Amino acid sequence: MTLEPVVGLEVHLQFSTDTKLFCGCPTAFGAPPNSQTCPVCLGLPGALPVLNARAFAWGIKVALAFGCELARIMKFDRKQYFYPDLPKNYQISQYDQPLAQHGHLDVEVGGEPRRIRIRRIHLEEDAGKLLHEASPTETYVDFNRAGIPLLEIVSEPDVRSAEEAYEYLTELKTTVGYLGVSTCNMEEGSLRCDTNVSLRPAGREELGVKVEIKNLNSFRAVKLALEYEEARQRQCLERGERIVQDTRLWDAKRQVTEPMRSKEEAADYRYFPEPDLVPFVIEPAMVEAAGGQLPELPAARRRRFCEAYGLSEYDARVLTQTWALGRLFEDAVRGANAPPKPVANWIMGDFLAYLNAKQAPLESIKLPGEWFGHLVQLIEDGTISGKMAKEVFVQMLEREVDPNTLVAEGGLRQVVDTAELDALAARVIAAHPGAADEYAKGKLTALMYLVGQGMKQSQGTANPTQLTEALRRRLGGSA
Amino acid sequence: MPAAPASRTPGPADLTLHELRDRLRAGTCSPSEALEDLLARIERRNPALNVYLGCEPERLRGELDRQWRDHPGGRLRGVPITVKSNICVAGEPVSCASRILEGFRPPYDATVIERLRAEGAVIVPRANMDEFAFGSSTENSAFGAARNPRSPALDRVPGGSSGGSAAAVAADVAIAALGSDTGGSIRQPAAFCGVVGLKPTYGRVSRYGLVAFASSLDQIGPLTKDARDAAVLLSVIAGHDERDSTSAPTAVPDYERELDGDIAGMRIGIPALPEAEGGLHADVRTAVDEAVGVLRGLGMKTEAVGLPRLDKSVATYYVVATAEASSNLARYDGVQFGLRRAGPSVLEMSVNTRTEGFGAEAKRRILLGTYVLSQGYYDAYYLQAMKVRTLIRRDFEDAFRRCDVIVMPTAPTPAFRFGEKLHDPLQMYLSDVFTIAANLAGVPALSVCCGTSRAEGLPIGLQLIGRPFEEGRLLRVARAFEDATDWPARRRAFAQAETPR
Repeated sequence: MTLEPVVGLEVHLQFSTDTKLFCGCPTAFGAPPNSQTCPVCLGLPGALPVLNARAFAWGIKVALAFGCELARIMKFDRKQYFYPDLPKNYQISQYDQPLAQHGHLDVEVGGEPRRIRIRRIHLEEDAGKLLHEASPTETYVDFNRAGIPLLEIVSEPDVRSAEEAYEYLTELKTTVGYLGVSTCNMEEGSLRCDTNVSLRPAGREELGVKVEIKNLNSFRAVKLALEYEEARQRQCLERGERIVQDTRLWDAKRQVTEPMRSKEEAADYRYFPEPDLVPFVIEPAMVEAAGGQLPELPAARRRRFCEAYGLSEYDARVLTQTWALGRLFEDAVRGANAPPKPVANWIMGDFLAYLNAKQAPLESIKLPGEWFGHLVQLIEDGTISGKMAKEVFVQMLEREVDPNTLVAEGGLRQVVDTAELDALAARVIAAHPGAADEYAKGKLTALMYLVGQGMKQSQGTANPTQLTEALRRRLGGSA
Repeated sequence: MPAAPASRTPGPADLTLHELRDRLRAGTCSPSEALEDLLARIERRNPALNVYLGCEPERLRGELDRQWRDHPGGRLRGVPITVKSNICVAGEPVSCASRILEGFRPPYDATVIERLRAEGAVIVPRANMDEFAFGSSTENSAFGAARNPRSPALDRVPGGSSGGSAAAVAADVAIAALGSDTGGSIRQPAAFCGVVGLKPTYGRVSRYGLVAFASSLDQIGPLTKDARDAAVLLSVIAGHDERDSTSAPTAVPDYERELDGDIAGMRIGIPALPEAEGGLHADVRTAVDEAVGVLRGLGMKTEAVGLPRLDKSVATYYVVATAEASSNLARYDGVQFGLRRAGPSVLEMSVNTRTEGFGAEAKRRILLGTYVLSQGYYDAYYLQAMKVRTLIRRDFEDAFRRCDVIVMPTAPTPAFRFGEKLHDPLQMYLSDVFTIAANLAGVPALSVCCGTSRAEGLPIGLQLIGRPFEEGRLLRVARAFEDATDWPARRRAFAQAETPR
């Protein structure tokens, strides 16, 4: 009997709005504890929530990007439980009339397209943070995070492997990155993921007993935890044991899942409609406006890059990782009318390596994309050599000067003038009579030695092919 | 009969809000003279009446100086306004008459406080109330009940939950006051104390800064010596507030101007009343009937209307209101503010804090509300109650197609005795049978004095209920009724006599 894993994913995205979901407090990460709070996000008696219009609009944007149906009327509910990081002891969330439902995300796994359905997307407020480290005996609470907008994206249990989960998350993150609504940084907690997995005999409809996994701090952790949990459940079932429905925590150090201390009773959140917020009608105009703001999404862009520029699937994937990188590529190709493949190679190779070495984000590079195209053009028309190009590239980035200007002002132009090259050849032969002799006697490698000397003398500006010809002409050989 | 009246010297604190305002404007009364008179009365009478949970004269004097200086054109320049202890005033103890808020001083002003201050008013905080506005007698105050100044032996409740506000206005230890009304908490104490109490339309007055009891029912409103005062106060506190998503963007009329005008031709709707538990007090029935006669004499026409689900309102209310209350009160856990009683774990700390901090009625309502929202019970209780609530709202819509103002008693009886209903919560709840429906429907309702009981001269309230945002109409009818009767003058005479000492 083959067992197949059935996986669902729950992603929480923290929106990077300037202010919180229900008050005007700033949302910047890393501020001193409780410096970004007010009566509303502290849940002080008498304070009332007011919905952040931008978070609402961003939620609509994400829902549209994932092909969801938007609610006609969206409402908020109170999810009630006692926990000291929750100022009101209830979270304003959405229960039975969420922002959007029935979407999907297409991913590719092992070259095969897979559609993962999205069950629902809803808005809710984040909780504060307990600080245990400050004192051995006391716990402090930092409410800076309380009230930051969260978008919860819940998938259907359509994911069939750890690999697929990884691809789903990667594609989700890429897409959200294009929308510019979240930093999607798992370390800072602006993207969080819980997952659940069960096993069932392949081909059967009904689901097995599922186990939830929490404390996943990276996409890799999600993958490893799912692989571990799948194997663990498989062994259990093979031993004839039953899977217990519970919540387990991923231990990244030991690479195992451990049962969370079980709650004494099933949680009853006592959801009911938030009376402090009226239901929100989602007007067609709002949806249209949000739709109009949607950029071309990664999948469509990948297809277009392959078709319009003749790029490989791999190249297209790398270049569309972020919206900005793809735009840089297109600006380079279109702005300078440069050939796409060499531009792609420069961006994927030297440019990404440069950013990586400098630990610099793409956003820190403010150059016009055309300049990358100019660089490639200079190589293509033989104005500079590949070797010179590396130097021009670095100067372009560090001095922020157009390669065309660099070449014009710095003498970084290849010598292609025949007379000039002939004179250079003459000087080289005169300086190295021994090598010239050896060549005359038939030692062909001596010519390469002379070319090398000539390149050195010209400080790399000579066109190596043309110099070789000039030397050959002078030495009279034709070998 | 009471002992011989120990009449006191009249002073500015005897005045109505509009009288005081006019004299301050005309310069015939100085603002400090008015405040000092009020402070002297608070000092003299509060020990017996317990209408204020504390008073800091120096702070009030300082505030008067600032307010008088900073708001020369203010509509309430120099006028002291008493405020119920569940409305946030920055830096003041806002206890909601509960131990659990011990030491809590909000860092911000409620919107109504900002609006009063912007018109030059002086805020007199800390009016006594039932804990978290849970009650109809102020007996649930953690700091002792307030007393009804109209009961000769001070043995009657002032009503509740805004009992402190109502009793203070009735006894001239307040010029005018703000209360809050979730199921009758302004109107019932107004009726018991013989003053005017107005619960505005839901959304008419911002709730920002009102410590929530039941968010979908709560409204702040005025308790005043006459209808004109209520109009003056409402004009200042009403209006849209972007900090309260449930506040209405409806324009605010000048309610004082709306007082002037004829009521002849308006239609009074008389509903068939549900059988009140323990019966409708005969004196209440008589007083209300006579009041209807007065209104007819003023040219109003009567029309029988049906409010068929009035008898379901108490049950509906105690599901909706307690559900919301159980949630709104969850934040009192000892973590951030108020009382904290330590425990071996955070959860136990919260349990200990709540066990000690909340009174019996608060616990009862939290339990009830938690129960009705629990898995498996939600549909049977909360959802069902919300459906009935919708039907009650429709009943009012239907009724208002046939009439302009619905008239009925505010409370089935005059003020009852201390302890009379304290140990029978259901009896206590049923005393709100006539007031609750207006909260469920979100419509405005006003109580105005229309008589006194024969045996003890306890005030009786006439309730006027209107269409949404027709507070102006209710105030006009109340003003016309006051002009045609002498109840405001009788209240004044009674207060001046200071009969019960």
